[in-house]
Parts: sequence; structure tokens; C-alpha cells
Amino acid sequence: MSKETMLTIEKLPSGVPGLDIVTDGGLPRGRTTLISGTAGSGKTILAAQFLVEGVQKFGESGVFITFEESAIDIRRNVASLGWDIEAFEAAGHWTFVDASPQPGEPVVETGDYDLGALIVRIELAVQRVGATRVALDSLGAIFNQFQNASIIRNELFRLAVALKQMGVTAIMTAERDDEYGRIARHGVEEFVADNVIVLRNVLETEKRRRTVEVLKFRGTIHQKGEYPFTVMPDEGIVVIPLSAIKLKQRSSSVRISSGNAELDAMCGGGFFRDSIVLLSGATGCGKTLMTTEFIAGGVNRGERCLLLAFEESRHQLMRNASGWGRDFEAYEQAGLLEIIATYPETCGLEDHLIAIKHAIERFNPNRVAVDSLSALERMASVKGFREFVIGLTSFIKDREIAGLFTVTTDTLLGGESVTDGHISTITDSIILLRYVEMLGEMKRGLTVLKMRGSPHDKDIREFSIDGTGMHIGRAFRSVSGILAGHPQHVPPRELERMEALFQDVPAA
Amino acid sequence: MSNYKLRLYITGHTAQAERAIANLKRICAEELQGRYQMEVIDLVEDPEEGERQRIIVTPTLIKQLPPPLRRIIGDLSDKERVVSGLDLLPTLTDGGDASGDAS
Repeated sequence: MSKETMLTIEKLPSGVPGLDIVTDGGLPRGRTTLISGTAGSGKTILAAQFLVEGVQKFGESGVFITFEESAIDIRRNVASLGWDIEAFEAAGHWTFVDASPQPGEPVVETGDYDLGALIVRIELAVQRVGATRVALDSLGAIFNQFQNASIIRNELFRLAVALKQMGVTAIMTAERDDEYGRIARHGVEEFVADNVIVLRNVLETEKRRRTVEVLKFRGTIHQKGEYPFTVMPDEGIVVIPLSAIKLKQRSSSVRISSGNAELDAMCGGGFFRDSIVLLSGATGCGKTLMTTEFIAGGVNRGERCLLLAFEESRHQLMRNASGWGRDFEAYEQAGLLEIIATYPETCGLEDHLIAIKHAIERFNPNRVAVDSLSALERMASVKGFREFVIGLTSFIKDREIAGLFTVTTDTLLGGESVTDGHISTITDSIILLRYVEMLGEMKRGLTVLKMRGSPHDKDIREFSIDGTGMHIGRAFRSVSGILAGHPQHVPPRELERMEALFQDVPAA
Repeated sequence: MSNYKLRLYITGHTAQAERAIANLKRICAEELQGRYQMEVIDLVEDPEEGERQRIIVTPTLIKQLPPPLRRIIGDLSDKERVVSGLDLLPTLTDGGDASGDAS
């Protein structure tokens, strides 16, 4: 390959959701990309999806060469992903080259051979449907069919060259033994070494985590590192390109009401329209109430609000709201509120993220509330949870939606984590709700810990709850240590000094 | 009496293909005197046939008759394997052949 051609490698958008962001535009056009992964890592799905997306999104035809499963099996297996391969075949957009072993027929080897017949068949198939995309699945299976591995290796190299001459963009799948070991079995990376994508299916603190990594694209750029993906029932693989998207966000100075006039005042005039507010507090402290007010505040201004509930049922949420004088049913009837109540355990965190994105795309809300993030936190590893929060945050901000996430602290008084530093740094504002024990009485306190891009009230205010909602009162004037969970009465003259300490309470 | 029907698939007349043709002719002449039909099919000229027969490598020799159908790949340079792959008895006596003719 000469330097000149290397500099002008074009990309073919794969159409696989998210993958084209990770690959910086798609797969190298007219080249072969090796997709390597352990058993069950999603190689066959990706190979099939590459062709499916070609047909559905770009009107490009594809040829699927199968070495392991028969064409019948593949048609059936991917039907569950909503792909009707037979319809594509009937329309002349898809054809199989079935190179799977024929049952009950031992093949006798009597000397040198080559893959000439296969290449001829692929050429025929490519011509017949006018294919621009080719998928070969999997190379390991062809090594299992024939005894002479060195012949097969040489011949696969010749096949890769032939594919290039046909001008098609190809995917070849290959097996690997370890998630972080050799690229592939049988040394296959040597003949398609220019472009390698690795799929992983790693067990991480008892949770399965699927990731995709572009290991190399010779002569062209791509995003580095592993990106999580999931396999959705009617969609196939969806890659979640987290850090690749997070830097594009704008920042708005438009304020919106939190739904509570006193809180708006504390925040310096309300939340920012495209900001993410984290609401942290112990159970029963008022988080769901503040969420309810946030939604009511939106609805009262004719904004569309999406409530994603992971702790309480629709019915409970409606009842809670009516107890505070907010009629969620009426909001829903007006088309301004959609409540999605799901058990966190119904699916993996990646799947939740995709489902949330779909809900946001469909409902197109101005405000999104998640109650609570903590319920989702137990669904994943620390890394997986962080990725989820980054993914959700960047998606929401990109659409200029206001987000309110609640987090439950473990202890009633104070709170050791504002929920784990790695999340607080992502959010724009943090509001703490705390129980305060004073003179044998439980009181509730609220403070705005962080308000990015705006001055805010730094007092810890007492608030009360009644049938009309939340009422924020005066600051706790003669008590300190609330955030630490050990309120103590202090003489008023020491207050100045103590207040300074509040400002230094670290976010982590 | 068995009549062997053999088809040899090649892709272009490469040295390997010519070697396979020569090997097959020699083996047939030695083992199947006059009791065989042999056809050479070049898949470059007839790729459809390759698809129909699901040929992957060339040369591929298919014994269509007598049953069972057999597939032998390679340039047929290993005569012993070819003979056993075709279900030919190593030595045949004239006229008394009763092998593989059940159907």
C-alpha cells in the first residue's frame, strides 16, 4: 500500500447506532475490517447488522458468507432482532454464500487446494445483488472445516485481496480466546491486520459488560478505548459513544423555574435550562416532592416533562403528587407529562440508557426527572454506572433539556457521599436535603451546594412540607455540623466562621 | 456393475488444476478401466454450478455415482486417499464387483 492511498482512506458509514462515532465516520471503505471477539461477544450480530443497516439506511446491498451456521439458521437467529432477511433477499438486496459444512459428508484431503471456488462464488454473489458490503462469519469455522491451516491462511489473504479488487467494504469475524489476549485465533489478524475492531463481553463485579474497541484503522483516525454497547431486541447493536460526544455541548444562560419560588431565589433565579441538577438526600427527606414540584413547575409553563421512576410505581407517584396538590393525571391528559415507571432490574444499565434516549426522542420533553439514580446504581459496576450517568447527562444537555436526578444517601443524618465524586463533577448543580436533629426534634434542611455559572444562596435553610408542597424557610442560624450529620448549637458570633467552612465542604 | 460418475471442479486452468486432472485420469485408468465418466467443470466459466454444489475449495472431486456421494479435495496427488475416498477397493477383480451398489 503506498503512502498516497493511505492518506485518502474514505469511511463507509456502517449505520450501526453509535459505531460511526467511535470509528470517526465508519469502516474504511473498500477494505476489510476484522471483528474479533470471544464466544458470545456479538460478532455474528454485528456482521449481519452491517449488511442490514446498509440495506435499510443506505439502500446498499450485501453478501453474507457463512462458514459455520447455515443460511437458514442465520435468517432465523436474527429474526428476533426484527430483521427480515428473507424480504431483503426477495428484494434482491441480500444474498447468502453458504459455505457451512455439509452434514454427514466427510471431506477427504488429497493434496494442495485453494479457495478459488469460494472467491468465484463471492464474486458472483456480489455481482448479482450489486453488493457494496460483504460480511464473512466466521474465519475460525473455516479453519475447522479444513486440515491444512497454512493453506487456509494464505488463501484468506488472497480472499482479502480479491475483496479489495471487487471494491466492497468487508467485515470478517474471528474468534479469540481471552478478552485481553491475542487478537484472534489462527493468526488471522496477519492478513487483515489493517483494521481491527474488538468486541468484548467482560464480567465486571458480577455484571456483564459489552464493549467495542477500534484497535486499529491503518492510515485513518478513530476513537481510542472501549465503548459500551448493548443488543436491543428490535434494533441490534447500539454503541454508546460516551466520551466521544461529551465535548460538544453548549451552555445556556436561560433560566427556568425549579417549581419552587424560594428555591429559585436560592439558585439565583432558577435552574439553567440545559443544566443537570443533582438532588441528594436521605429517604423520605423530600426528594420525590422536589421532583414533583420540578415537574409541576414545567407543566405550569406549558413545558413537556418526562418522569423516569425507578423506585415507585405510577400509582404511588400519582398519589404522592395529589397529596401535595399536584394532579399528575391531569398533566398526562394535557399531554405535558409522561411517567415511565420501571424496575431497575428489568434490564442492564446500557439497555436502560437506550430506552431513556428513545423515550426522550419520542416525547421530546423540556424537562427530565430521574427518581432515583441510586436505584440504578446497584445495577452496574462503578465504571458502568459512571458511563451511564455521562451518557445520560450528555444526551440530555445536547438537547437543551433540564435534568433533575435524585440520589439517596445511606444515612439519615448528613451524608457521606454527595453521591460519589465522580457523579457530582458531571452535574451542574447540587442540592442537598438533610434531616437535622435539633432539640429532640427532626427538622429538614436544604442547601444549594453547587450552582455552576451562578451565584447562589449558601445558607442551610429549614424547610417544611404540607399539603401544598415544600416551604423553604429561614437559615439554621444557631446550629452547625448539619452536612456532617452532627448538628451542634453554636453561639451566633461563631456563625461567620462556620459558614466559611460550609463553602469548603468537598463535593466528593 | 458400477459406473462411476465423477466431476472435477477447478477454478481456471492453473498448474494445480492441471495436476489434479492428470492425477484423476491416471487413477481412473488404473483403477476403473472404462467404468467411469469424468467431467471437468471450470467454475470461472460456470460459477453458478459452484453455488449449486456449494463448492468452497478447488480442486474438488465429487463422486456422484455410485452412492454415497463423496467429496474429495486437493490436487489428488495422494493416490491412496483418493482410492479410499472414492470407496474403491484397493484391488478389484473383474466382473465380481459388489461394492457400494445397494440402492
